[in-house]
Amino acid sequence: MTTMSKFVPLLAAFLLAVSGPAAASGGSDVRMEPAPINRLDVESRQRGARTFVNYCLNCHTAKYMRYNRLTDLELTEAQIRDNLMFASAKIGDTMTVAMRPDDAKGWFGVTPPDLSVEARVRGADWLYNYFLGFYRDDASPSGWNNLVFPNVAMPHVLTTLSGANRLVTAEFEDHEAAQAAALAAKGIVVLAPGKGHTFVVKSLAGETPGTLTPVQYREMVADLVNFLDYIGEPTKNKRLSLGLLVLLYLGVLFVFAYWMKREYWKDVH
Amino acid sequence: MQKLLTWIDERFPLTALWESQWGKYVAPKNFNFWYYFGSLAAMVLVMQLVTGIFLTMSYKADAAHAFESIEYIMRDLPWGWLIRYMHSTGASMFFVVVYLHMFRALMYGSYRKPRELTWIFGCLIYLCLMAEAFFGYLLPWGQMSYWGAQVIVNLFSAVPVIGEDLGIWIRGDYTISDITLNRFFAFHVVAVPLVLIGLVAAHLMALHETGSNNPDGIEIKKQPKDPVTGLPLDGINSHPYYTVKDIVGVVVFLAVFSIIVFFVPDMGGYFLEANNFIPADPLKTPEHIAPVWYFTPFYAMLRAVPSMMGSQFWGVIVMGAAVMILFALPWLDRGAVKSIRYRGTVYKVWLALFVASFLVLGYLGVVPVTVWGQFPEGWPLLGTADRATVVSRALTVVYFLFFVLMPWYTARDRTKPVPERVTG
Repeated sequence: MTTMSKFVPLLAAFLLAVSGPAAASGGSDVRMEPAPINRLDVESRQRGARTFVNYCLNCHTAKYMRYNRLTDLELTEAQIRDNLMFASAKIGDTMTVAMRPDDAKGWFGVTPPDLSVEARVRGADWLYNYFLGFYRDDASPSGWNNLVFPNVAMPHVLTTLSGANRLVTAEFEDHEAAQAAALAAKGIVVLAPGKGHTFVVKSLAGETPGTLTPVQYREMVADLVNFLDYIGEPTKNKRLSLGLLVLLYLGVLFVFAYWMKREYWKDVH
Repeated sequence: MQKLLTWIDERFPLTALWESQWGKYVAPKNFNFWYYFGSLAAMVLVMQLVTGIFLTMSYKADAAHAFESIEYIMRDLPWGWLIRYMHSTGASMFFVVVYLHMFRALMYGSYRKPRELTWIFGCLIYLCLMAEAFFGYLLPWGQMSYWGAQVIVNLFSAVPVIGEDLGIWIRGDYTISDITLNRFFAFHVVAVPLVLIGLVAAHLMALHETGSNNPDGIEIKKQPKDPVTGLPLDGINSHPYYTVKDIVGVVVFLAVFSIIVFFVPDMGGYFLEANNFIPADPLKTPEHIAPVWYFTPFYAMLRAVPSMMGSQFWGVIVMGAAVMILFALPWLDRGAVKSIRYRGTVYKVWLALFVASFLVLGYLGVVPVTVWGQFPEGWPLLGTADRATVVSRALTVVYFLFFVLMPWYTARDRTKPVPERVTG
């Protein structure tokens, strides 16, 4: 081994170490769209709550989230009770469902995960793209598949609203052409190694329309993700605004502390 | 008040204790930026103890309820989220502060005679912190907690002959289970903190016996005394001078700490990992298990050592040795001077290599071994090996050479003369 060849990986090591963790997985690259959510948009979160209780809260729970906590979203307990609660739940209860986990496992193959902290596991962007990533797949048990969560067990429950998408694949011999095609494609794009030394670019195309236009569906999904982001950490807004006050206080304290230090140290030579 | 104090002092050496440990303690006047981290470490320790006590009031050490109880703390318990974030951020910041504190000791030769015991108590504190962090990390009972603990306990299972029984003995079960959680809780909240507090007291008492080192590595106790104050020429009373100076350090530290707690408590997955928001599932191994950042240099070494004679035990030995070798430092260094200010180039280069290897290993311990791909076919010796693994191996060697070769390169290094007085 020459000195140079010893040095190159070392140098590479340094450069990469300062540039932070690289997203280098051996598998496929997914290009996602950023989730257009705003944590201060209370109405968006209220709409998301409605979508959540109507569509998600039949199979999924949010068992660490209490109904009356939704007063954070500027809702009164009466509004929560009338619009967001069904069956016999009480206002102080957590968001659970009647479906038994064992039954769910029998029906779907997996127990639908609790969604209380799902946004902290996946991140808002992932969730947003997940809801946009469903496509028809006759080979899967549910008839659906997903670009960002391949072979997901969950069927596309929002399909009447969104309509159905189909998968569009294109195969390329070399990586650059595949990358160019991926850049040109709209929406979520997956670039994966294909058979042999080829590359496959996967994207989605509309097949049948739903009751919402694509724009309306995206808005609805963004609201839902905004709500999931909220229940992931209900205190987040409070935390962020309190943080500013704390820093302000420490700033003032610093001035006094520094002044005191300077006064005392005047006699040290 | 004075009467009360006299009453106490006649029965307990309160004033004497205060004066010997801080009130009349004489410290060199030239402490710089690097000398803030000792008092900061003490403060973080207190913060961890206090927030920890409040967390135990609501946490449930029960595999069926642990995850849930954390979410209860985060949502339903008033200010629970703040206490929990302070504790989780405090864990990482403890290591940040301690690593900087240890680096200070390396730079200025603070471990050298006569402060060997201060250094050894410090190393024991570091060991305790690692144990504390390891036990504590299981408690949230998320996927990373569970599988992280699984991986670490498996290290002990790699010990030849007794390994398997040793693993069962540590876990109290064949896998990480409720029993393991309960005993880790006991270690985390009672056993290790007790030892830790004792060691910190010993660390401080030893330090205050010998007196502090300083950026010049000069022994101020050997200096002539100032005729007016009776203190060594370069000595000042730690109180009030370093009291008021350390308060400034504390405020600045708290600002950094608050930025993390209030604005980025996850630190992009480094302080709180996304996968740890999934409850522990013994049947589902996560794709990528990485320990928390403060363990990753040692984890990278562990992964770098190839399996030999069908056993991973060699990696465990290397990892353990990487920590244990710190204890020998006072006797490995044969330099004529203490401080980097008067050392020669050779030591400086070695120290730089050591720090670089530690940082890069830390990075490599976070990422999968495939991060830099493989060497192309046909490279002599390296053909198709993971680049990251080869780099980790080289850096592990550098890490150990820093210590192993130290008696030679420090003795032969061309040092500069040390002045009589500190240089500011």
